[in-house]
Parts: sequence; structure tokens; C-alpha cells
Amino acid sequence: MRPVLEVTGLGVRFGDVPAVRGVGYSVRPGEVLAIVGESGSGKSVTAAAVMGLLPPGARVTGSVRLHGQELIGAPERALGALRGKTVSMVFQDPLSALTPVYRVGDQIAEAVRVHQRVSKENALVKAVELLELVGIPRPAERALAFPHEFSGGMRQRVMIAMAIANDPDVIICDEPTTALDVTIQAQVLEVLKKAQRETGAAIIMITHDLGVVAGFADRVLVMYAGRPVEVGAVDDVYYRPRMPYTVGLLGSVPRIDRDGGRLVPIEGSPPSPAALPPGCPFGPRCPLHVAACDEREPPLLEVGEGHRAACIRWQEVRPIGSDGSESLPPPPVAERAARTVLEVSGLVKDYPLLKGAVFKRRVGTVHAVAGVGFDIREGETLGLVGESGSGKTTTLTEILELAAPQAGRLVVLGRDTARLGRGERTAIRRDMQVVFQDPLASLDPRMTVHDLLAEPLRTHGRPQPELRVAELLSLVGLDPSHAARYPQDFSGGQRQRIGIARALALEPRLLVLDEPVSALDVSIQAGVINLLGALKARLGLSYLFVAHDLAVVRHLADRVAVMYLGRIAEIGQVDAVYDTPMHPYTQALLSAIPLPDPARERSRRRILLEGDLPSPADPPTGCRFRTRCPKFRAELTDDERGLCVQVEPDVRTLAEDQGAACHYAERRVVV
Amino acid sequence: MTLSQEELAEELTGGVPARVPSRLRTVAGRFFRSRQGLAGFAVLALMFLLAFAGPLVSRWSYIDKDFTAFLRPPSPAHWFGTLQTGADVYALTLRGMQKSLVVGLLAALISTALAALVGAFAGYFLGWTDRVLSRLTDLLLVLPAFLILAIMSPLFGAGQWVLFVVVLALFLWMVTSKVVRGMTISLKEREFIRAARYMGVPPVRIVFRHVIPNLSSLLIVDATLNVSAAILTETSLSYFGFGIQPPDVSFGTLIADGSRTAMYAPWTFWFVAGLLVVTVLAVNLVGDALRDAFDPAAKRAR
Amino acid sequence: MAGFLARRLLGYVALVVLAASLSYLLAAVALDPRSNYADRTPKPPPAVVDAQLTALNLNDKTPLLERYATWAGGVVRGDLGRTVTGSPVGADLKRRMGVTFRLVVLGMLFGSLIGVLGGALAAVRQYGWFDRLSTGLSFAVLAVPVVVLANMLILLASWANERVFGHQVLLVSGEYSVGLPTGLWGRLVDRLQHLILPTLSLSVGLAAVFSRYQRNMMLDVLGADFVRTAVAKGLSRRRALVRHALRTALIPVATYFAFTFGALLTGATFTEKIFGWHGLGEQLINSIFTNDVNTVAAVSLLAGVAVLCASLAADLLHAALDPRVRA
Repeated sequence: MRPVLEVTGLGVRFGDVPAVRGVGYSVRPGEVLAIVGESGSGKSVTAAAVMGLLPPGARVTGSVRLHGQELIGAPERALGALRGKTVSMVFQDPLSALTPVYRVGDQIAEAVRVHQRVSKENALVKAVELLELVGIPRPAERALAFPHEFSGGMRQRVMIAMAIANDPDVIICDEPTTALDVTIQAQVLEVLKKAQRETGAAIIMITHDLGVVAGFADRVLVMYAGRPVEVGAVDDVYYRPRMPYTVGLLGSVPRIDRDGGRLVPIEGSPPSPAALPPGCPFGPRCPLHVAACDEREPPLLEVGEGHRAACIRWQEVRPIGSDGSESLPPPPVAERAARTVLEVSGLVKDYPLLKGAVFKRRVGTVHAVAGVGFDIREGETLGLVGESGSGKTTTLTEILELAAPQAGRLVVLGRDTARLGRGERTAIRRDMQVVFQDPLASLDPRMTVHDLLAEPLRTHGRPQPELRVAELLSLVGLDPSHAARYPQDFSGGQRQRIGIARALALEPRLLVLDEPVSALDVSIQAGVINLLGALKARLGLSYLFVAHDLAVVRHLADRVAVMYLGRIAEIGQVDAVYDTPMHPYTQALLSAIPLPDPARERSRRRILLEGDLPSPADPPTGCRFRTRCPKFRAELTDDERGLCVQVEPDVRTLAEDQGAACHYAERRVVV
Repeated sequence: MTLSQEELAEELTGGVPARVPSRLRTVAGRFFRSRQGLAGFAVLALMFLLAFAGPLVSRWSYIDKDFTAFLRPPSPAHWFGTLQTGADVYALTLRGMQKSLVVGLLAALISTALAALVGAFAGYFLGWTDRVLSRLTDLLLVLPAFLILAIMSPLFGAGQWVLFVVVLALFLWMVTSKVVRGMTISLKEREFIRAARYMGVPPVRIVFRHVIPNLSSLLIVDATLNVSAAILTETSLSYFGFGIQPPDVSFGTLIADGSRTAMYAPWTFWFVAGLLVVTVLAVNLVGDALRDAFDPAAKRAR
Repeated sequence: MAGFLARRLLGYVALVVLAASLSYLLAAVALDPRSNYADRTPKPPPAVVDAQLTALNLNDKTPLLERYATWAGGVVRGDLGRTVTGSPVGADLKRRMGVTFRLVVLGMLFGSLIGVLGGALAAVRQYGWFDRLSTGLSFAVLAVPVVVLANMLILLASWANERVFGHQVLLVSGEYSVGLPTGLWGRLVDRLQHLILPTLSLSVGLAAVFSRYQRNMMLDVLGADFVRTAVAKGLSRRRALVRHALRTALIPVATYFAFTFGALLTGATFTEKIFGWHGLGEQLINSIFTNDVNTVAAVSLLAGVAVLCASLAADLLHAALDPRVRA
């Protein structure tokens, strides 16, 4: 079959800075090509260049041929006739990608009417059909709604509907599921597959998520520093990688199907496109680096059938784990320590539900947290996981505020927050520290690293912060001589290390980690995860680890609590929960996470949840999960369902250290 | 004893080859690289030089009257001509410029400081602090500033221009304060402020150490633009006799006098008007260039 | 919704009451109506002056709070008191409001229209010649205070009348010429001749402000993802810009428009005074010079009401244009 889209020698420069250098690929009808890379690798710019959507300052060279027609340098009118008709695009952030002031139906109808001579009414009818196709309930009614009235997942469905409105031959998806929760991601990927079946289009999938690629793509192109460094069929690249970068990337991804053990991070951080190292751009970070690597940038070498890699030592490259250093047998489950550092029971937090930006008025109550309980023992790590809207952030904020809870009990380091004096609160603040998600946002940009680390010391009256600052920097693996720099001068991973160093300054006993690695690229993430693991062992810390990424939690936590709609669905020892989850929500959540393993992805069966999370302002009666529960829908009898509708289940201990809030909990292997 | 902070910073930097440029230097670099900023700054500097050094090179002072020359056009003796009273326009104009520049700078400084304090405290503490401060801001917005200043003008008699500056500043801060309040509310949710709070840093210290410094770019730009707003307001008020009172002179009083004779003696109007426009233009250019220098993403991203 | 609106209105009323009271008290303390009688010849006897001042509720021998109470009581009944000459304040105010309104509406219309169009165009071709030109022009205009601009216009107009037209085309004083009998058509032309310069002096500044504002809003929106989506759909650049970018960028500008309108009712003071229009602003300045406490208080009451009405209108307009706010 002839390729629909052929890209050769594509280059994009912004001023003097090359963002993309010599990208080439082709896709055939019905094929899925994934372009994988970390931030700054030039993958999104490549996509925008194909569509001719780059800002005016960009200079594009090379060739992009669509059905043999050259697009680079084509007149704007010709491009307009192709955009949305032959090639269409799905963007990352579905909120900002839809015009806020027009109805969703009208926006889809507009896409239809640009390319087809149909009346307004017919275009609207077509828009409703498209909305139905992408699985939007009550499409005729929802077509009249505005974008802000949709959830993130539903908005992305709308974007897909718009992209397939004119039966395109190529659909370019730029990180289409990055902004979404895992269960929603699974839904949207299904919709994309369906859209592809309906249109027979080729899909170019741009992503950083190796798991998504494994289950979705036919071929992969790995980008690094603006260039492709490895291209090939999915199985070849995943099982027989020939470029050390690909190997490193695969080795540094935390996986839900492997417990504990050190991840293998890639040293250093990606080069800036303005200052590339001589020779191979990956050279400075490469474990196989030799002098010859610096001579010139290696071309893409043929390393197998349809498999090319840009490494002069490709024959020596081996995937991690193939040399016999497979992960160690899991350590025996240790007894839980006796002393409790954090105890939460029956915690409740409501917010007023306000409507309207100008005419603010209260229209209800959001039950963000509705009776949550767990405890953390000394030296233990509890992972608190859940999707957006689950109440995990509210729970965390309640703990950090150290205020008396609305209802329930909060005991931090042995003291009840409802009866705290001023002095005691300050004392707790010294012993409980926090590390935030975005390291750049959590460090005051106007302070030097020295001042940042000295601030907690000064606040709590520790003398001589200078020595301690140097000590802290070396503790987290940074050069103490960098104390006079500003956080902006560090890379993402280094900044997060500064954040961790600040949290450790006062030698706390409990560290609260709020998504500490989710803002980092995979290759850097691994290093921070390893650091957190090492620090815990060395300093005997307890962690409360809040995250949406279950794979990261599996690597770091001893116990895990899964939250759904303001309550805990399942809690227990990590291996037990991950290997044999008991709550239907935990099962669905785990099955929704894609594995970076193409063969297993193809054979896995996904438990797809239907629809969106119900509004926490109006939770269902009885069990909160029943409206989306696959078990409730398919397995239970009407009699059994009655219990789910009427009685809200509490967490019941069902195994040694595993409990689930389900009337009909049973173990099931889903990973 | 211990090393001072600076010494330590220096000692620690020893190993690092190139010192990271400070933020101030980066901003200044960007500012002076923009043609607009450079031109505005140069003109403004020139205006200051003229206002404060200019009178030294003239034979006439602003109180002198030349009884041999009434309402004469510019000549070697009187560079900008003379008024009907025989006063030298050059000397008068520079005197007026001095006053207007000082009034503008002071009023801008006071009003921006007020805006920063009120906005930051209202936004950070919310609750009743916010309610009280916001009501106050709203009230001052509703009061017609011009009217209050005009009514109070008898109090600004000879030598009382400082009072005038304070009252003027009192009517310039509200809009900025609202902006500051809004930004503080969003800043409060930023992680570095939350980090400081959970670390146990007292709230007032957070406001001064973290909140206000992080709004400094907004505040500096705003202060600059307030200089021109203050000069313009002063001019308009003085034009109607509600601002600077005689024997003090300012741009406003001079323009009021000049506009009456402008038809047949253009030099009495155009020199003052021209210098005023050039000064305000220069201030605005500096403000605009500063904004770009502080926030390069705003323009360069596109 | 209704409850919310009522609460907000109540807040507004409280603010206006407070502002007007403050203005009254300040004016009553600072202004001295008694001095009006000082240089009359023959000098009226003090008892007569006292009686007259008391009749007008302006006597500074009556305690301030008592005067305030009398005034406030009148205002509540809709009586704004009397001017220093004894005529009711309210009667003249109504006519003057009309005059000011006419000037402001026209000025706003021209100014905002030119500003929005210019700003949007400048943003689309950022750093093009039009952008540079309009930026330079608005910078220049913003540096010229109204008093200077108005005087410049007057000078320019009299020069043009003399040299270009040869007769009085642009009239610089008043709203209309007194005693011109030339029928409807003639009166219309005469009004127009009087209208051009004040409107110009008002709208030039507004156009500069609006063009800067619109340009910034437009630039924000131009980089937005939804404009990119519109182009990716296959819309031409021009259609994407007009239908998606401009429509969205107009929302804050429209809100700003309403705000400015309220502020302008007193903001047109300088223009009115210089061009001899008998509007509210002129009244305000005259009343300060004549120590007319009641008129000053009435005008500031009106100004307060105008500002708050405008802020309410801005909110309503915002809600009408933006579905996110309406929700």
C-alpha cells in the first residue's frame, strides 16, 4: 500500500535554535505510528509543522507529502482545503482547544460546513451523529451545551468527533490523553480506535507514555534532541532496542506489574536545543559512550528489517534485564511498627458549591471528603491514590493545615489537631514537612537555593544554617557549591531535589509528598524515586505519598489506599492490593493502566468504566461506585443490588492487611 | 562566629566558573537592549537634567521680571520668550517642570506602596480584613476624586504641596490594589507560599518576604505608569486652579495661563505643552519597556 | 439569582449613600457660602445673610450634623436642595445630564469603535507597519492631557477656520449658537459644527486606550489553542481570527466599555469646561467656585450612581457575552 503521508528531512528552526532536525517517516492507511519523546524532544513541533500550524517565526525545511502533494511551501488556501478534510488533529488540552463562547454542536457543524456543501441544519444533524459515535450520552441535548459544561474526557471526545467529521485520511493526535485520568484515558483510547475503524485513517500518535504506545501503535519513532534516534515495529523497539536512549527510557519507567527494586535512571538531563553537545547528542548521558561518539552525529543505521537506530555501537546494546539482573525476589512483608505517626479517622470536608463567576451563588455542597480513615506507622510509606475528584488532595490539605477537622479525628505525631495550641502547632510543623508536585512552583523564584534551604532553619530558630545547607545539598546529590544559584538555573529533577532537601532541613519524622514526580520526565523521575527510597531507609522517615500514578506508588509505598469520590475504596499492603485487588474500582483502575509491554498489552482485557465520575455534590446513594461498577451492572442479581443501593459499605478487613469497601468484594487478578 | 550570608554565598560560588546573572541584571539588560526603553530612559534623564540643572545656565530666575520685555517672542535674552508680566518663560517652565516631576514621582511612590500593602493584606488574609479593605477601596473608587481634590484645594495653599501630593496619591492606588489583591489570592495557592505556610513561617512575614517581592514586576511597572498618571492629574487640576497654588508653579498652572495667550503668543503655550507631552511620553515608554523586560514571555512567545 | 442581585444592589446603595454623605460633609466643611456675600455692594446686613443662608440650609452657624440631617432628609424625599441663588438643584441638573450624555455617548462610540478595530488589526499583524504606527500614535495621544489636547484642537481649529475654510466651520464654544433662525436643517448643521471638536477631544484619548487594550486582549487570544483548532479544522486564517479570536477577545473589552462609560460622566468635565458646554462637569467646577454645597453634593451623588450602574452593567454585559460566566 502506498503511504498517505511521507515526511522526509523535516527541519524546524526558531530563529537560530533548531527544534527539529531531519525527521522522516511515512504512514500507510490504517496504520498507527507513535512518536515518542520527552519534553523538548521536538515531537509536538513535528506534528504542528505537518499541519502548517507553526507560529510565524518558525522556518520549516524538508518535505511533507500528503498523497504525493507537497505541503511545505504550499499556498495557504491549498492547506486550508486539506486541514480538517484530509489531515485532522486532536490536541492535548481539550479545555483550551474548544472556543469557549460557542456551543459544542455548532463548533463541530462548523468543521463539517468548511469542507462540505450542506445546510446548517444538516450539519448540525451530522454533528449530533458524530457526538453519538464518540460515545457522548444524550448527544442531541449535549450538542447545545458549551465546552465548559463538559468534563475533560467528554471534551476530548468532542475533539475527536471534530477530527473525524470529514473522514480524514490521517489523524494526528498530540498527547491526546496526557491531561486525563487513567480510566478516562482508557475510554478515550477506545474511542480513538473506534474512530480509526470508522474512517480507516492512519493515526500519528504523539506521546511520552510508553504504556499507551505499547497497546496502541504498530510502529514507533523515538525522538531525542529534535531527531529520530530509533524507528521500528513496536515489538522490535520494545524487546530488541538498539539505541541506549530507548533502553534507558524503558528501564526507567515504573511499572505496576513489578514491585519494588531500583529503577534505572538515565544520568543527567536532555540537552538544550540551543546548545547541543558535539557528536551524538545522547553521548554525555550514555553508558556506552566512547570517544568515537563525539566525532559526528550518528545517522540512522539499518539494524534489522524496518528497524533503524542512530547508534554506532548498536550491536552491543542490550535491553535491561536480559543480562540476568532481574528484579530480586520480593522482601518478606515486614511487621508493621507499633508507633503511629499519623492517624486519620472519619475525616469529613465539605465545600460550598458556587456557581457563576460574576453572580456567585451557592447552589449546593461538595462533599470532597466523606469519612476517610487510615494510619501511618513509623518508617512506613502510605500511598494515597485516586483520580481527580477523588478527594485525595483535600485530604492532604486538611492534614497539612493542622486545623480541627469538620468531623472526624486527625492525630498528627500523637497530637489531636482539634486541641492544638499555637506552640504545639509550630512544633508539629517542624516535624512534618511537605514536598510539592511542581518543583519550580514550590520554590520562590526570587530566592537563592541557600536562602530557600535556610528559611525553615531560620523560622524554627536553628543557628548556623550555612553548614546545614551544604550538608543537605550533598544529601540529595547536589553540588553544595551551587547554593548561590536560583532555582530557575537547575533542571526539573535537580529542582525537585532542592524541594526534598528543604523538606529534610529540620529532620522531620513525617514527609508528605504531593505528586512529587508527576511533573518530571520519565528518565528523570526514576532518579527522584530512587532518592526518596534511599532517604527513607537512611533517615527512618515515614511518607504520606499522594499520587495519581499507581505505578510510581507501587515502587515506593508499603501500603496503599485507593480513594473514590471522597471515600476509601480499598486499603492494604501494596503487593496484596496490586496483585489481587478486591474492590471493583481498584480492579478497573489497575486494568486501565497500560503496560510498556506490547505482547501483554495485546492480550490483556480491560475493564472499562462507563461515563464520568459522579459529581461529589450529589453522590449516589448507598455505594458511591455503583453507578459505574461493572460488577453491579453485570454480575449481581437484583436482590444483591438492593444492598448496594441502600447501604454505603465501609472498609472491611478481608485479608491479613487488605480491606475493601464493597459488599461483594472478591480477589481478582487484573494486571 | 559564622560567616555572613553573603560571604558564604561567595565562598560557595568559588567553585562555579560563571556566576549566574542576577535577576536584576537580566531585567536591566533586556530593558536597555530595547530601543523603546533606551530612548524613554534617555529622554527622561534629559528632562530631569533640564529641570534641575537647566535653571543654572539662565540669567533669569522664575521670580525675576524683565520690565523691558513684555510678551516677547523667544530671543537670545529670553530663550522661550516672556509673559505679559515680563517673566521669563524658560525659567518658569523649568520651575514648573521641577514641581511636576517631584509631584509625579512622590505621588506614584506613595500610591504604589499603598496599593501593594492594601492589596496584599486583603488578598492574603481574606475574611474580615479583606472585607474592610475592599469596602474602603470601593468607596474611594465611587467618590469622585476630582471633586474631593477640588474641594480640598484651599488647603493646598502656599508651600503645602506635599499635602496635595498625599491626597493625589490617595486617589491613584485603588485599581492597582484590586489587581494586587487578585494576584495575591492566586499567589496564595501557589506552592511556594503554601510551602512557607506549612513550614511555619508567620503570615505577615510571608506577605513581606514572599508575596510582595513576587509582585515586584507588576508594582514597578505600575509605579512608572502612575508617575505619568499623577503628572497628568496634577496638570488638569492645576489648570482649573485646584492643584498647585501660586506662587508655586507647575505644568498645569503654566498651561492654564499659556492657553489664554496662545493665539497671539504661541511661545507661552507650546513650550510647556511640548515638554509636558515629551516627559509623559518618556515615562510611558519606560513603563512599557519595563513590563516587557520583566515578562519577556508575554511578547517573545509569539 | 434574584436574592443575589438584591444583595449586590443593597451593597451598591450603601456605597453610594456613604460616598454622597462624605462628599456633602467635606463640601460643607471646606466651602464657605458666606463669602459669596462678602464682596457684594452694598454689603447686606449679617442678619439678612444669616436668614438667607439658613433658608438654603447653608448656614455655617447651624451645626454640621443638623445641616446634614436636613439635606439627607430632603434627598430621601427626592429633593436635592437649592443652589446658592435659590433655584432648585434638581431642575437644572436634568437638562445638564442630557448635554453630558450626548457628548459622552458620541465620544465613547467613536473612540471605542476606532480603538477596537485598530487594536485588533494591530494585534493580527503584530510588529507590522500598522502595529508600529498605531502603537506610536496611541503612545503620543496618551501623553497629552485633555486640557492640552482641547486647547491644541481649539488653536488648530481657529487656524483652519482662518486659513483653510475662510469662515467659521469648526465652532469652539457652547452647544449651539444662540439666535440662529435657519430652521431645522440649519440648526442641525450648527449643532454638528459645535459637536465635532469636543467629541474629537474626548474620543481620541479613548481610542488610544481602547486600541491598546484590545491589542493586548487579542494577542492573548491569538496564541490560544482554540484558534489553532479553528485553523486545523480548515477555516481560513481570516475567518478563524474574526469568528473565534475577535469574538472571544471582545468580552473583556466590552466589560471595560461599560466601566469607562460610568467614569466618563464626570470625566468629561475638562472637555465640557474648555468647550463651554453646559454639562454636569462644568456645573461641578462652577459650583465649587461659587461655594454651592448642595450642587456639589448632588453632582457627586450622581457620579457615584453612574459608576455603580456602570459596574453593574459591565457585569451583566459580561454574563451576556460569556457563557462561562452565565453558568
